[in-house]
Amino acid sequence: MKPGAFDYIRIDSAEEACELLAQYGDDARILAGGQSLMTVLNMRLAQPGLLLDVSRTAPLDYVRLQDDKLAVGAAATQASVEWRAGLAGEVPLLKLAFPHISHFQVRNRGTVCGSIAHADPSAELPLCLAALEGEVVLRSKKGRRVLKAGQFFQGMLLTARRPDELVEEVRYPLAATGTGYAFEEFSTRHGDFAIVACAAVVSRDGIRLAVGGVADRPRVARWPHLEDSALDAALNDFAWDLEAQDDPHASAKYRRHLVRRLGRRVIQQASAATSGEK
Amino acid sequence: MKRLEQGERHTVSLILNGVPRTGRADNRTLLSDFLRHELGATGTHVGCEHGVCGACTVRIDGAAARACLTLAVQAEGRRVDTVEGLAGKDGELNDLQQAFRRNHALQCGFCTPGILMSCSDFLERVPGPTEAQVRDMLSGHLCRCTGYTNIVKAVLETAAERQARREEEKHA
Repeated sequence: MKPGAFDYIRIDSAEEACELLAQYGDDARILAGGQSLMTVLNMRLAQPGLLLDVSRTAPLDYVRLQDDKLAVGAAATQASVEWRAGLAGEVPLLKLAFPHISHFQVRNRGTVCGSIAHADPSAELPLCLAALEGEVVLRSKKGRRVLKAGQFFQGMLLTARRPDELVEEVRYPLAATGTGYAFEEFSTRHGDFAIVACAAVVSRDGIRLAVGGVADRPRVARWPHLEDSALDAALNDFAWDLEAQDDPHASAKYRRHLVRRLGRRVIQQASAATSGEK
Repeated sequence: MKRLEQGERHTVSLILNGVPRTGRADNRTLLSDFLRHELGATGTHVGCEHGVCGACTVRIDGAAARACLTLAVQAEGRRVDTVEGLAGKDGELNDLQQAFRRNHALQCGFCTPGILMSCSDFLERVPGPTEAQVRDMLSGHLCRCTGYTNIVKAVLETAAERQARREEEKHA
Protein backbone atom coordinates (compact mmCIF):
# COMPACT_ATOMS: atom_id res chain seq x y z
CA MET A 1 0.00 0.00 0.00
CA LYS A 2 2.82 2.41 -0.85
CA PRO A 3 3.06 4.29 -4.13
CA GLY A 4 5.70 3.47 -6.71
CA ALA A 5 8.47 5.91 -7.57
CA PHE A 6 7.76 9.16 -9.43
CA ASP A 7 9.30 12.59 -9.93
CA TYR A 8 7.51 15.45 -8.22
CA ILE A 9 7.10 19.12 -9.08
CA ARG A 10 5.22 21.65 -7.03
CA ILE A 11 3.44 23.85 -9.55
CA ASP A 12 3.33 27.65 -9.22
CA SER A 13 0.99 28.56 -12.06
CA ALA A 14 -1.45 27.12 -14.61
CA GLU A 15 1.01 28.09 -17.38
CA GLU A 16 3.71 25.98 -15.78
CA ALA A 17 1.36 23.00 -15.42
CA CYS A 18 0.35 23.27 -19.09
CA GLU A 19 3.95 23.56 -20.23
CA LEU A 20 4.84 20.34 -18.39
CA LEU A 21 1.68 18.52 -19.54
CA ALA A 22 2.58 19.42 -23.14
CA GLN A 23 6.01 17.89 -22.56
CA TYR A 24 5.08 14.75 -20.63
CA GLY A 25 1.43 14.05 -21.57
CA ASP A 26 0.09 10.78 -20.20
CA ASP A 27 3.17 10.07 -18.08
CA ALA A 28 2.35 13.10 -15.90
CA ARG A 29 -0.59 13.27 -13.53
CA ILE A 30 -2.02 16.32 -11.82
CA LEU A 31 -2.07 15.90 -8.04
CA ALA A 32 -4.56 18.23 -6.36
CA GLY A 33 -6.21 17.10 -3.11
CA GLY A 34 -5.06 13.54 -3.69
CA GLN A 35 -8.17 11.98 -2.17
CA SER A 36 -8.68 9.78 -5.23
CA LEU A 37 -5.26 9.86 -6.89
CA MET A 38 -3.26 9.00 -3.75
CA THR A 39 -5.51 6.00 -3.15
CA VAL A 40 -4.94 4.87 -6.72
CA LEU A 41 -1.17 5.38 -6.33
CA ASN A 42 -1.04 3.61 -2.95
CA MET A 43 -2.78 0.61 -4.52
CA ARG A 44 -0.49 0.89 -7.57
CA LEU A 45 -3.44 1.01 -9.93
CA ALA A 46 -1.52 3.84 -11.60
CA GLN A 47 2.22 4.47 -11.74
CA PRO A 48 2.83 7.83 -13.41
CA GLY A 49 6.42 8.97 -13.89
CA LEU A 50 5.75 12.53 -12.81
CA LEU A 51 3.34 14.18 -10.38
CA LEU A 52 2.46 17.84 -10.87
CA ASP A 53 1.21 19.11 -7.53
CA VAL A 54 -1.29 21.97 -7.88
CA SER A 55 -2.60 21.73 -4.30
CA ARG A 56 -0.74 24.92 -3.35
CA THR A 57 -0.90 26.75 -6.68
CA ALA A 58 -2.20 30.08 -5.39
CA PRO A 59 -3.56 31.44 -8.72
CA LEU A 60 -5.74 28.30 -9.01
CA ASP A 61 -7.05 28.47 -5.44
CA TYR A 62 -10.28 30.44 -5.89
CA VAL A 63 -14.04 30.11 -5.59
CA ARG A 64 -15.84 33.09 -7.11
CA LEU A 65 -19.10 34.25 -8.64
CA GLN A 66 -18.62 34.81 -12.33
CA ASP A 67 -21.58 35.90 -14.45
CA ASP A 68 -24.33 33.46 -13.52
CA LYS A 69 -21.99 30.73 -12.29
CA LEU A 70 -19.93 29.66 -9.31
CA ALA A 71 -16.41 29.17 -10.65
CA VAL A 72 -14.07 26.85 -8.74
CA GLY A 73 -10.33 26.75 -9.52
CA ALA A 74 -8.23 23.58 -9.67
CA ALA A 75 -6.63 24.08 -6.25
CA ALA A 76 -9.82 24.95 -4.33
CA THR A 77 -10.85 22.31 -1.81
CA GLN A 78 -14.34 20.91 -1.49
CA ALA A 79 -14.43 22.34 2.04
CA SER A 80 -13.79 25.84 0.70
CA VAL A 81 -17.00 25.56 -1.33
CA GLU A 82 -18.98 23.62 1.28
CA TRP A 83 -18.33 26.16 4.05
CA ARG A 84 -19.24 29.21 1.93
CA ALA A 85 -21.80 31.19 3.88
CA GLY A 86 -24.01 31.82 0.84
CA LEU A 87 -23.83 28.40 -0.83
CA ALA A 88 -27.46 27.41 -0.07
CA GLY A 89 -28.64 30.45 -2.03
CA GLU A 90 -25.98 30.25 -4.75
CA VAL A 91 -25.97 26.58 -5.70
CA PRO A 92 -28.57 24.83 -3.51
CA LEU A 93 -27.92 21.46 -5.13
CA LEU A 94 -24.28 21.50 -3.98
CA LYS A 95 -25.38 22.41 -0.46
CA LEU A 96 -27.60 19.31 -0.46
CA ALA A 97 -24.97 17.03 -2.00
CA PHE A 98 -21.87 17.88 0.06
CA PRO A 99 -22.85 15.93 3.20
CA HIS A 100 -22.96 12.77 1.04
CA ILE A 101 -19.41 13.24 -0.30
CA SER A 102 -17.17 10.90 1.67
CA HIS A 103 -16.35 12.49 5.02
CA PHE A 104 -15.46 15.85 6.58
CA GLN A 105 -11.76 14.88 6.77
CA VAL A 106 -11.66 14.01 3.07
CA ARG A 107 -13.57 17.11 1.90
CA ASN A 108 -11.02 19.22 3.80
CA ARG A 109 -8.37 18.20 1.30
CA GLY A 110 -10.18 16.89 -1.76
CA THR A 111 -10.75 19.38 -4.58
CA VAL A 112 -13.83 19.99 -6.72
CA CYS A 113 -11.88 19.96 -10.00
CA GLY A 114 -10.09 16.76 -8.92
CA SER A 115 -13.37 14.93 -8.43
CA ILE A 116 -14.58 16.13 -11.83
CA ALA A 117 -11.31 15.09 -13.51
CA HIS A 118 -11.41 11.67 -11.81
CA ALA A 119 -14.97 11.11 -13.12
CA ASP A 120 -16.05 8.30 -10.83
CA PRO A 121 -19.53 7.27 -12.03
CA SER A 122 -20.89 7.27 -8.47
CA ALA A 123 -19.34 10.59 -7.37
CA GLU A 124 -21.64 13.43 -6.32
CA LEU A 125 -19.80 16.46 -7.78
CA PRO A 126 -19.88 15.15 -11.37
CA LEU A 127 -23.54 14.24 -10.87
CA CYS A 128 -24.40 17.78 -9.73
CA LEU A 129 -22.42 19.26 -12.63
CA ALA A 130 -24.38 17.09 -15.07
CA ALA A 131 -27.73 17.90 -13.43
CA LEU A 132 -27.06 21.64 -13.57
CA GLU A 133 -25.53 21.48 -17.06
CA GLY A 134 -22.37 23.14 -15.77
CA GLU A 135 -19.07 23.60 -17.56
CA VAL A 136 -15.49 22.37 -17.39
CA VAL A 137 -12.64 24.65 -18.46
CA LEU A 138 -9.76 22.73 -20.01
CA ARG A 139 -6.50 24.55 -20.51
CA SER A 140 -3.44 23.58 -22.49
CA LYS A 141 -0.44 25.42 -23.90
CA LYS A 142 -2.53 26.10 -27.00
CA GLY A 143 -5.38 27.76 -25.13
CA ARG A 144 -8.63 27.01 -23.39
CA ARG A 145 -11.76 25.10 -24.33
CA VAL A 146 -14.99 25.02 -22.38
CA LEU A 147 -17.05 21.82 -22.42
CA LYS A 148 -20.54 21.17 -21.09
CA ALA A 149 -20.69 18.44 -18.45
CA GLY A 150 -22.49 16.18 -20.93
CA GLN A 151 -19.58 16.47 -23.39
CA PHE A 152 -16.88 16.15 -20.72
CA PHE A 153 -17.92 12.87 -19.06
CA GLN A 154 -17.27 10.02 -21.49
CA GLY A 155 -17.41 6.88 -19.36
CA MET A 156 -16.09 5.16 -16.25
CA LEU A 157 -13.13 7.33 -15.09
CA LEU A 158 -13.03 8.57 -18.67
CA THR A 159 -13.34 12.18 -19.80
CA ALA A 160 -12.78 14.35 -22.86
CA ARG A 161 -9.63 15.79 -21.28
CA ARG A 162 -6.64 15.44 -23.60
CA PRO A 163 -3.28 14.37 -22.13
CA ASP A 164 -1.90 17.92 -22.43
CA GLU A 165 -4.87 19.56 -20.71
CA LEU A 166 -5.42 20.73 -17.15
CA VAL A 167 -8.91 20.86 -15.64
CA GLU A 168 -8.40 24.50 -14.74
CA GLU A 169 -11.87 25.43 -13.55
CA VAL A 170 -15.35 24.02 -13.04
CA ARG A 171 -18.47 26.21 -13.28
CA TYR A 172 -21.72 25.42 -11.49
CA PRO A 173 -24.71 27.50 -12.68
CA LEU A 174 -26.27 29.62 -9.92
CA ALA A 175 -29.82 28.98 -8.73
CA ALA A 176 -32.49 30.34 -11.05
CA THR A 177 -35.72 31.86 -9.73
CA GLY A 178 -38.71 29.57 -9.80
CA THR A 179 -36.46 26.52 -9.97
CA GLY A 180 -36.32 23.78 -7.33
CA TYR A 181 -33.42 21.45 -6.57
CA ALA A 182 -33.22 18.16 -4.67
CA PHE A 183 -30.63 15.47 -3.98
CA GLU A 184 -30.92 11.98 -2.52
CA GLU A 185 -28.45 9.14 -2.26
CA PHE A 186 -28.51 5.53 -1.16
CA SER A 187 -25.27 3.92 0.02
CA THR A 188 -24.47 1.04 2.36
CA ARG A 189 -23.07 3.39 4.98
CA HIS A 190 -22.98 7.16 5.11
CA GLY A 191 -20.00 8.45 3.12
CA ASP A 192 -19.56 5.24 1.08
CA PHE A 193 -19.79 5.22 -2.69
CA ALA A 194 -23.35 5.77 -3.86
CA ILE A 195 -25.24 2.70 -5.03
CA VAL A 196 -27.67 5.16 -6.59
CA ALA A 197 -27.64 8.96 -6.29
CA CYS A 198 -30.29 11.23 -7.82
CA ALA A 199 -30.40 14.98 -8.41
CA ALA A 200 -33.48 16.78 -9.73
CA VAL A 201 -33.91 20.25 -11.18
CA VAL A 202 -37.52 21.32 -11.70
CA SER A 203 -38.34 24.63 -13.40
CA ARG A 204 -41.13 26.14 -15.47
CA ASP A 205 -39.61 24.44 -18.52
CA GLY A 206 -39.79 20.94 -17.09
CA ILE A 207 -37.86 18.30 -15.18
CA ARG A 208 -34.22 17.29 -15.29
CA LEU A 209 -33.25 14.13 -13.44
CA ALA A 210 -29.59 13.13 -13.14
CA VAL A 211 -28.62 9.67 -11.89
CA GLY A 212 -25.22 8.55 -10.65
CA GLY A 213 -23.87 5.16 -9.57
CA VAL A 214 -25.71 3.14 -12.23
CA ALA A 215 -24.39 3.87 -15.73
CA ASP A 216 -20.71 4.43 -16.56
CA ARG A 217 -21.16 8.18 -16.09
CA PRO A 218 -23.78 10.55 -14.66
CA ARG A 219 -26.80 10.40 -16.97
CA VAL A 220 -29.48 13.05 -17.36
CA ALA A 221 -33.13 12.68 -18.44
CA ARG A 222 -35.14 15.71 -19.56
CA TRP A 223 -38.93 15.62 -19.41
CA PRO A 224 -41.83 18.07 -19.56
CA HIS A 225 -43.88 18.26 -16.36
CA LEU A 226 -45.09 14.72 -15.74
CA GLU A 227 -47.22 13.38 -12.96
CA ASP A 228 -48.57 10.13 -11.58
CA SER A 229 -48.49 7.22 -14.02
CA ALA A 230 -46.83 9.23 -16.80
CA LEU A 231 -43.94 10.02 -14.41
CA ASP A 232 -43.79 6.39 -13.26
CA ALA A 233 -43.55 5.25 -16.86
CA ALA A 234 -40.81 7.78 -17.68
CA LEU A 235 -38.85 6.78 -14.57
CA ASN A 236 -39.19 3.10 -15.43
CA ASP A 237 -37.96 3.67 -19.00
CA PHE A 238 -35.02 5.70 -17.72
CA ALA A 239 -34.16 3.07 -15.09
CA TRP A 240 -33.94 0.40 -17.85
CA ASP A 241 -32.10 2.82 -20.14
CA LEU A 242 -29.21 3.10 -17.69
CA GLU A 243 -28.32 -0.56 -18.24
CA ALA A 244 -27.62 -1.28 -14.59
CA GLN A 245 -25.20 -4.12 -13.84
CA ASP A 246 -25.11 -6.63 -11.00
CA ASP A 247 -22.15 -6.15 -8.70
CA PRO A 248 -21.27 -7.25 -5.15
CA HIS A 249 -22.97 -4.15 -3.70
CA ALA A 250 -26.36 -4.37 -5.40
CA SER A 251 -28.20 -6.20 -8.16
CA ALA A 252 -29.25 -4.49 -11.37
CA LYS A 253 -32.88 -5.02 -10.36
CA TYR A 254 -32.33 -3.28 -7.02
CA ARG A 255 -30.59 -0.37 -8.75
CA ARG A 256 -33.56 0.06 -11.10
CA HIS A 257 -35.84 0.02 -8.07
CA LEU A 258 -33.76 2.75 -6.41
CA VAL A 259 -33.76 4.88 -9.57
CA ARG A 260 -37.58 4.72 -9.69
CA ARG A 261 -38.06 5.44 -5.99
CA LEU A 262 -35.31 8.02 -5.37
CA GLY A 263 -36.03 9.60 -8.76
CA ARG A 264 -39.67 10.15 -7.88
CA ARG A 265 -38.73 11.46 -4.44
CA VAL A 266 -36.22 14.07 -5.70
CA ILE A 267 -38.61 15.24 -8.41
CA GLN A 268 -41.35 15.72 -5.82
CA GLN A 269 -38.97 17.54 -3.48
CA ALA A 270 -37.67 19.80 -6.25
CA SER A 271 -41.24 20.56 -7.42
CA ALA A 272 -42.23 21.45 -3.87
CA ALA A 273 -39.19 23.75 -3.64
CA THR A 274 -40.37 25.70 -6.70
CA SER A 275 -43.84 26.41 -5.31
CA GLY A 276 -42.37 28.50 -2.50
CA GLU A 277 -41.06 30.97 -5.07
CA LYS A 278 -42.58 33.09 -7.79
CA MET B 1 10.16 25.22 -10.58
CA LYS B 2 12.05 22.58 -8.68
CA ARG B 3 11.90 19.01 -9.84
CA LEU B 4 12.34 16.47 -7.09
CA GLU B 5 13.85 13.35 -8.66
CA GLN B 6 12.66 9.88 -7.76
CA GLY B 7 15.03 7.61 -5.84
CA GLU B 8 16.63 10.54 -4.04
CA ARG B 9 16.03 11.69 -0.49
CA HIS B 10 14.78 15.25 -0.15
CA THR B 11 14.83 17.52 2.85
CA VAL B 12 11.38 18.22 4.27
CA SER B 13 10.91 20.90 6.93
CA LEU B 14 7.63 21.43 8.73
CA ILE B 15 6.23 22.72 12.00
CA LEU B 16 5.23 19.67 14.05
CA ASN B 17 3.07 20.60 17.03
CA GLY B 18 4.63 24.08 17.08
CA VAL B 19 8.22 22.86 16.82
CA PRO B 20 10.24 23.23 13.59
CA ARG B 21 11.37 19.77 12.47
CA THR B 22 13.36 18.57 9.48
CA GLY B 23 13.75 15.10 7.99
CA ARG B 24 14.52 13.31 4.75
CA ALA B 25 11.96 11.72 2.49
CA ASP B 26 11.59 10.09 -0.92
CA ASN B 27 8.91 11.63 -3.14
CA ARG B 28 6.82 8.55 -2.55
CA THR B 29 7.06 8.67 1.26
CA LEU B 30 3.63 9.22 2.78
CA LEU B 31 3.26 11.87 5.45
CA SER B 32 2.09 9.16 7.88
CA ASP B 33 5.34 7.21 7.42
CA PHE B 34 7.45 10.37 7.53
CA LEU B 35 5.94 11.37 10.87
CA ARG B 36 6.44 7.92 12.38
CA HIS B 37 9.73 6.71 10.92
CA GLU B 38 11.62 9.91 10.22
CA LEU B 39 10.43 12.24 12.99
CA GLY B 40 9.63 9.52 15.54
CA ALA B 41 6.10 10.84 16.11
CA THR B 42 4.49 7.42 16.45
CA GLY B 43 1.27 8.74 17.96
CA THR B 44 -0.20 8.91 14.45
CA HIS B 45 -1.37 5.40 13.60
CA VAL B 46 -1.54 3.75 10.19
CA GLY B 47 -4.49 1.54 9.31
CA CYS B 48 -5.83 1.10 5.80
CA GLU B 49 -3.50 3.42 3.86
CA HIS B 50 -6.23 4.41 1.45
CA GLY B 51 -8.10 7.07 3.37
CA VAL B 52 -10.97 4.98 4.69
CA CYS B 53 -10.22 4.10 8.34
CA GLY B 54 -9.18 7.54 9.61
CA ALA B 55 -6.50 6.28 12.03
CA CYS B 56 -3.80 8.48 10.45
CA THR B 57 -5.81 11.72 10.58
CA VAL B 58 -3.68 14.76 11.46
CA ARG B 59 -4.25 18.49 11.11
CA ILE B 60 -2.49 20.13 8.16
CA ASP B 61 -2.54 23.92 8.54
CA GLY B 62 -5.41 23.34 10.95
CA ALA B 63 -7.61 21.15 8.75
CA ALA B 64 -8.14 17.49 9.68
CA ALA B 65 -6.85 15.32 6.83
CA ARG B 66 -5.54 11.83 6.09
CA ALA B 67 -1.75 11.65 6.47
CA CYS B 68 -1.77 8.48 4.32
CA LEU B 69 -3.21 10.41 1.35
CA THR B 70 -0.63 13.18 1.65
CA LEU B 71 2.99 12.98 0.53
CA ALA B 72 5.66 14.06 2.99
CA VAL B 73 7.06 16.47 0.35
CA GLN B 74 3.61 18.13 0.18
CA ALA B 75 3.88 19.04 3.86
CA GLU B 76 7.00 21.15 3.26
CA GLY B 77 6.66 24.41 5.20
CA ARG B 78 3.26 23.47 6.63
CA ARG B 79 1.97 23.30 10.17
CA VAL B 80 1.22 19.69 11.07
CA ASP B 81 -0.50 18.89 14.35
CA THR B 82 -0.68 15.37 15.71
CA VAL B 83 -1.99 13.72 18.86
CA GLU B 84 1.34 14.36 20.61
CA GLY B 85 0.54 18.08 20.59
CA LEU B 86 -2.75 17.87 22.47
CA ALA B 87 -1.53 17.33 26.03
CA GLY B 88 0.15 20.15 27.99
CA LYS B 89 3.91 20.41 28.51
CA ASP B 90 3.73 18.47 31.76
CA GLY B 91 1.82 15.68 30.02
CA GLU B 92 -1.54 16.71 31.41
CA LEU B 93 -4.28 15.54 29.06
CA ASN B 94 -6.35 18.29 27.43
CA ASP B 95 -10.10 18.57 28.05
CA LEU B 96 -11.03 16.42 25.05
CA GLN B 97 -8.61 13.67 26.05
CA GLN B 98 -9.86 13.77 29.63
CA ALA B 99 -13.45 13.45 28.40
CA PHE B 100 -12.42 10.40 26.34
CA ARG B 101 -10.85 8.83 29.43
CA ARG B 102 -13.80 9.69 31.68
CA ASN B 103 -16.35 8.26 29.25
CA HIS B 104 -14.39 5.13 28.29
CA ALA B 105 -14.42 6.47 24.73
CA LEU B 106 -11.59 4.13 23.78
CA GLN B 107 -10.68 0.54 24.37
CA CYS B 108 -7.66 -0.59 22.33
CA GLY B 109 -6.93 3.02 21.41
CA PHE B 110 -5.68 2.37 17.89
CA CYS B 111 -8.19 4.69 16.20
CA THR B 112 -8.13 7.29 18.99
CA PRO B 113 -5.29 9.61 17.80
CA GLY B 114 -7.04 10.18 14.46
CA ILE B 115 -10.42 10.71 16.09
CA LEU B 116 -8.95 13.23 18.54
CA MET B 117 -7.41 15.24 15.70
CA SER B 118 -10.69 15.28 13.74
CA CYS B 119 -12.57 16.35 16.86
CA SER B 120 -10.11 19.13 17.66
CA ASP B 121 -10.61 20.67 14.18
CA PHE B 122 -14.37 20.03 14.18
CA LEU B 123 -15.05 21.58 17.62
CA GLU B 124 -13.23 24.75 16.62
CA ARG B 125 -15.48 25.11 13.58
CA VAL B 126 -18.68 23.83 15.14
CA PRO B 127 -18.51 24.80 18.83
CA GLY B 128 -22.06 23.69 19.68
CA PRO B 129 -22.68 20.57 17.57
CA THR B 130 -25.77 18.39 17.65
CA GLU B 131 -25.41 14.65 18.19
CA ALA B 132 -26.20 14.12 14.50
CA GLN B 133 -23.36 16.46 13.48
CA VAL B 134 -20.93 14.66 15.78
CA ARG B 135 -21.97 11.26 14.38
CA ASP B 136 -21.56 12.59 10.84
CA MET B 137 -18.04 13.84 11.62
CA LEU B 138 -17.16 10.48 13.27
CA SER B 139 -18.38 8.57 10.21
CA GLY B 140 -14.92 9.30 8.79
CA HIS B 141 -13.36 7.02 11.43
CA LEU B 142 -13.57 3.31 12.03
CA CYS B 143 -13.55 2.15 15.66
CA ARG B 144 -14.04 -1.59 16.10
CA CYS B 145 -14.22 -1.56 19.93
CA THR B 146 -16.51 1.08 21.34
CA GLY B 147 -19.64 1.15 19.22
CA TYR B 148 -19.12 4.95 19.15
CA THR B 149 -21.70 5.72 21.86
CA ASN B 150 -19.08 6.77 24.39
CA ILE B 151 -17.08 8.68 21.80
CA VAL B 152 -20.16 10.73 20.92
CA LYS B 153 -20.75 11.34 24.63
CA ALA B 154 -17.17 12.52 25.17
CA VAL B 155 -17.29 14.92 22.22
CA LEU B 156 -20.63 16.42 23.24
CA GLU B 157 -19.45 16.74 26.83
CA THR B 158 -16.29 18.57 25.72
CA ALA B 159 -18.34 20.93 23.54
CA ALA B 160 -20.67 21.71 26.46
CA GLU B 161 -17.76 22.28 28.84
CA ARG B 162 -16.06 24.64 26.41
CA GLN B 163 -19.31 26.54 25.87
CA ALA B 164 -19.74 26.91 29.64
CA ARG B 165 -16.15 28.08 30.01
CA ARG B 166 -16.64 30.67 27.28
CA GLU B 167 -19.78 31.94 29.00
CA GLU B 168 -17.93 32.18 32.29
CA GLU B 169 -15.08 34.12 30.70
CA LYS B 170 -17.53 36.48 29.06
CA HIS B 171 -18.97 37.41 32.47
CA ALA B 172 -15.69 37.37 34.40
